[in-house]
Amino acid sequence: MNPFDYARAAGAAAAVTQVAASPRAKFLAGGTTLIDLMKLHVETPDTLVDIGRLPLDKVEAVAGGGLAVGANVRNSDLAYHDAVLARFPVLSEALLSGASPQLRNAATVGGNLLQRTRCPYFRDGVSPCNKRAPGSGCAALGGHNRGNAVLGGSESCIATSASDMCVAMAVLNVTIKTQGPKGERAIPFADFYLVPGETPERETVLDHGELIVGVEWPALPAGAKSHYLKVRDRASYQFALASAAVVLEVAGGVVTTARVALGGVATKPWRVPDAEKLLVGRKPTAEAFAAAAEVATKGAVPRTFNGFKVALVRRVIVRALETVAAG
Amino acid sequence: MPPDPDPDRRDFIQGVAAGGLGVALLSTAGPGVAAADPPTGPGRAIPVQLTVNGQDHALTLDPRISLLDALREVLHLTGTKKGCDHGQCGACTVLVDGRRVNACLTLAASVAGSPVRTVEGLATGDDLHPLQAAFIKHDAFQCGYCTPGQLCSAVGLLKEAHATTDDEVREQMSGNLCRCGAYPNVVAAVQEVRLAARDAR
Ligand SMILES: Cc1cc2nc3c(=O)[nH]c(=O)nc-3n(C[C@H](O)[C@H](O)[C@H](O)COP(=O)(O)OP(=O)(O)OC[C@H]3O[C@@H](n4cnc5c(N)ncnc54)[C@H](O)[C@@H]3O)c2cc1C
Ligand code: SF4
Ligand code: FES
Ligand code: FES
Repeated sequence: MNPFDYARAAGAAAAVTQVAASPRAKFLAGGTTLIDLMKLHVETPDTLVDIGRLPLDKVEAVAGGGLAVGANVRNSDLAYHDAVLARFPVLSEALLSGASPQLRNAATVGGNLLQRTRCPYFRDGVSPCNKRAPGSGCAALGGHNRGNAVLGGSESCIATSASDMCVAMAVLNVTIKTQGPKGERAIPFADFYLVPGETPERETVLDHGELIVGVEWPALPAGAKSHYLKVRDRASYQFALASAAVVLEVAGGVVTTARVALGGVATKPWRVPDAEKLLVGRKPTAEAFAAAAEVATKGAVPRTFNGFKVALVRRVIVRALETVAAG
Repeated sequence: MPPDPDPDRRDFIQGVAAGGLGVALLSTAGPGVAAADPPTGPGRAIPVQLTVNGQDHALTLDPRISLLDALREVLHLTGTKKGCDHGQCGACTVLVDGRRVNACLTLAASVAGSPVRTVEGLATGDDLHPLQAAFIKHDAFQCGYCTPGQLCSAVGLLKEAHATTDDEVREQMSGNLCRCGAYPNVVAAVQEVRLAARDAR
């Protein structure tokens, strides 16, 4: 690890000022992404501003049945929160499918939103990697890319977005609240992440020094059910090969609301609006789900070793939808 | 510490702690060190108050020191083990504020002010913690390297109270890898203590 100065943030505004003041300063929350990558010399901040104890730790009801969650709420606390378990099972399931109990006790909502890819060439610190060292190339394109993305990639980068939580948040229509050097803003989830394009080092629309203070989302439609399904190489403590978060509302025998997002296969949490549109107004049958899965993977670009993900994620979508439709 | 002709990493860190290098990498000597040796760039040693198994320690540490290295190399509490140093094995599991976390991905500085409990703090005098006794009874280890982490993790699991069935215990212990494959016996030990505590209530 390179040397750095450590300071505990006195408050949100002070933290923003401290990080904004130095181009290499970073916020530290649970540390489970940042400290890991600092040990690998992939992240090399010269200042860490520890925001882990700022009181951004509340889960509060918002009018109409939604929730407002502070950036420092730990992943385990959010997963087991009564309101989340009862009304947003997709989020609880996604959180509990991620990492381990120990990691979830440390990991925060803010940190999870900004966790980095697990692409092995990004993490090794030496291979050509446009995300880590812009302009150096992409070792994954012609390398061991079994875990890489088939959707949303470019010829600069095919890094998979690793988070489970974010896939669930994509179907909850979350808004991300921030406080930055230019003031406060509320960013819709759909606008928050960037596809790599030619600048894979830029992953979100956040400015340097912009602090996530929390997330907020509205209630689901009254009759809607939600679910997260994750498929991976071992039963637990492993990142997704393919996953799907789904929200489905069926009334009078036809689908009235459908939301589907994919994980493990794309460069950012991946909503599939065309597949959702196809489902609405149809009967919730196996054929409709298969058709939606087909549409969801349109435009997928399989690479040398990850072609299996296209078929796998289609099956994951179908099974996730069948599970919620069954009740 | 016995003399060692082939200094290992711990000797190195201790040598630095004693002022062996010009830079105050880390020190147990107290907050005076950083002032006596003005830093030229980032990475100044900072005062860190750690409370481990009920004992307070006023340390001056390089901010880079993880909780795991502070426990093992500075406080010589070597019960907590380093497996991967990257959050992937659970050997370093300790309890901070009563919650199980990976000490390797936790900066020592960031837990200042929070009580830390390690495997050394589980027994009461000569009385083993019920989980320690159950691990012995059920042969829940072979080489023992993962065991301190398994024990602290199991203490956290019982407190969290989200596991009832064997499958749930397995899932809730999945953050602790065991190369010797003692998993079935770990589950048996955890279940015995969980059920005994339930029956006692
Ligand atoms: C072995 C291992 C296995 C894992 N498995 C999974 C898995 O299966 N699924 C999964 O989804 N995740 C997994 N994770 C990742 C884990 O979920 C993330 O590391 C965690 O959520 C990050 O949160 P944190 O609070 O520790 O972030 P930190 O490491 O503290 O921060 C991460 C980044 O976010 C920034 N940041 C943090 N908080 C804020 C804020 N409020 N505002 C602005 N910036 C902020 C930091 O500056 C840093 O750049 C795994 C991690 C490990 C180590
Ligand atoms: S896929 Fe992205 S993160 Fe991986 S090596 Fe290529 S540029 Fe780097
Ligand atoms: S040493 Fe911390 S998880 Fe392996
Ligand atoms: S007992 Fe040897 S690693 Fe678990």
